[in-house]
Amino acid sequence: MAELSRPFPPGEYPVVVVGSGPGALQVSYSLGRLGVNHAVISADPSAGGMFRRWPFFQRLLSWTKPHAPVARGTRAYERYDWNSLLGETPETRAIQPELMDGSSYFPSRPEMEANLVAFADRAGVAIRYDCRWTATRLEDGPTGQRFVLETTDGPYTCTALVVAVGVAEPRTPPGLGMDLTTHYADVRPVETYAGKRVFIIGKQNSGFELASGLLPWARQLVLASPSPARLSVDTRSLVGIRARYVQPFEDHVLGGGVSVLDAAIDRVERAVDGTFLVRLRRTDGGADMAIEADEVIAATGFVTPLVDLPALGVATFGASGLPAQTPWWESASLPGVFFAGTIGQGAKGLQKHGIPANSGAVHGARYNARVLAGYLARTRFGIGPERPRVAPGDVSRFLATELAEGPELFHQRGYLARVLTADPAGGLRDDGVQPLAEILDVGGPDALVATLEADGSGAIYPVVYSRVGGQVVERAIEPDPLLRFDTTDTRLAIEDLARRIGKG
Amino acid sequence: MNDVAPRFALWHHGRVVAREELVDAIAGFALFADLTDPQLTAIVHIFEEAFYAEGERVLRQGLTGSGFHIILDGEAAIVVDGQERARLARGDFFGEVSVILGESPIADVVATRPLRCLVLPGPRVEPFLVAHPRVMYRMLQTQARRLRAANRWRS
Repeated sequence: MAELSRPFPPGEYPVVVVGSGPGALQVSYSLGRLGVNHAVISADPSAGGMFRRWPFFQRLLSWTKPHAPVARGTRAYERYDWNSLLGETPETRAIQPELMDGSSYFPSRPEMEANLVAFADRAGVAIRYDCRWTATRLEDGPTGQRFVLETTDGPYTCTALVVAVGVAEPRTPPGLGMDLTTHYADVRPVETYAGKRVFIIGKQNSGFELASGLLPWARQLVLASPSPARLSVDTRSLVGIRARYVQPFEDHVLGGGVSVLDAAIDRVERAVDGTFLVRLRRTDGGADMAIEADEVIAATGFVTPLVDLPALGVATFGASGLPAQTPWWESASLPGVFFAGTIGQGAKGLQKHGIPANSGAVHGARYNARVLAGYLARTRFGIGPERPRVAPGDVSRFLATELAEGPELFHQRGYLARVLTADPAGGLRDDGVQPLAEILDVGGPDALVATLEADGSGAIYPVVYSRVGGQVVERAIEPDPLLRFDTTDTRLAIEDLARRIGKG
Repeated sequence: MNDVAPRFALWHHGRVVAREELVDAIAGFALFADLTDPQLTAIVHIFEEAFYAEGERVLRQGLTGSGFHIILDGEAAIVVDGQERARLARGDFFGEVSVILGESPIADVVATRPLRCLVLPGPRVEPFLVAHPRVMYRMLQTQARRLRAANRWRS
């Protein structure tokens, strides 16, 4: 019976989505709304992806404000709710705040998991669970190359593959004795560290998350990695250790017993009594050191479980093995393979002033997934969006309102942009939200583009671009201290650049 | 060490070139010639690693917010107003002039083959150079050579 009720039996589908975390749920929902037939398969037994298991200490880093300056369920509310997925009906919108108990504006892990399960249920996102993707091959089909995915349930064939399996495979870097360490993913219940000397390799959020949780338990805590710890309140961005996890750092600078060291791990040795000796080479100019510890934990991150896609030609880069991607989240080296969810951060965008997009988090990836669904529908199935005409007298009001209220522009600053394209018949048409890199780097018709950007100074400000005859002009608006993005300055800049369109 | 091609192949068709291996890669770069092994390890963690597909723009002429790049593998072209002016390869660096002057780049830099770089965002360049005076001196040497070449060409 169970087999009969499972959706998407092996076979041929136009698109196959792999995963059941936020990225897969959003891309499947958005594809469904556009009428694109597709299958979704997942190795997991239920929806939620990484949030079925992590964060280890059971509370998220990204907030949802149950009470915000704008009404819950509106588009503008998405700016304050980083965790709900994007539905188009009232019951599928702003689900996360419904499920929070009021003890924190960071949802607990179970609250986040419940949010994702509720979205899948209410939105009717069908997924074939317990179906593991094991291998991939390319074959020639009637309309060109297609992918065959071998799974534990049998083969799936498709011409477009959307991989949304997270960046969740534990990674321990090579090094002498590193095999003796315990990875973040395998940390035991926290009380088993009572009275222990714990050495944590890694000074990013996962390392500091562990240290925060171990503060009431460990006798001694040492965190080490080669480069100095950076704090998000210093970088004025999501780069660095988040404010939630800064407590061990404060303990360190106030001499409370936590040590935060800038050092490379030379080797990890194990003594006959089971304790560890961690030999360090300082990167801050200090003398080499050896530190005794009862536990050594590698908070050294995760890699992308791409199965055999790299062997098929999907180029990867960086310590996380992220696939290199086009601005539309397609493999830069193997067309037809797309990415959604946190893997989408491999489409890095412009990273102006070194500020990355929020594609590695739900509040960024949910918009990428919706834009990707629209791109697949348009380019592969001829399902084009409406392109409403924007009256000449309405252009500055329209774009200024998008800057003020458009959550895509707020959460994906300098990455996603609202695009108005010159109509050959005159005037401008709304071409929706698109990757900014596509507009600036790939030629096209004359266009007027608006986005929000940040420069690491703490300011967030509108930037308007015109593309006329392939030439791009950039106009940044002076930041407003109250983060009003629809000021007179903004409207004047839009009107000025709008006058250039069509004259080129 | 003339192994650009095999290294590139390893990275492109294989899996990840581990960050740990980057230390060996940058040890031979003139910019880092004075650094100890632990300092090189710190460098590869301070910089971000970035990949650019063939044809992708790395620096954008006239647009703000660029960074300092060091080429690990691949090749890039310096393009001014659509005209190619020079090619850059492994060990070369670019983007520092616009960052130091606080201005937009006066050229595009475009990957002419798949390109892998170490990148330092603009706002982090000054603190980095001040903290690493030997790297700053090596960068100054390179700039001095470029200036001398430009002056010779003029006279």
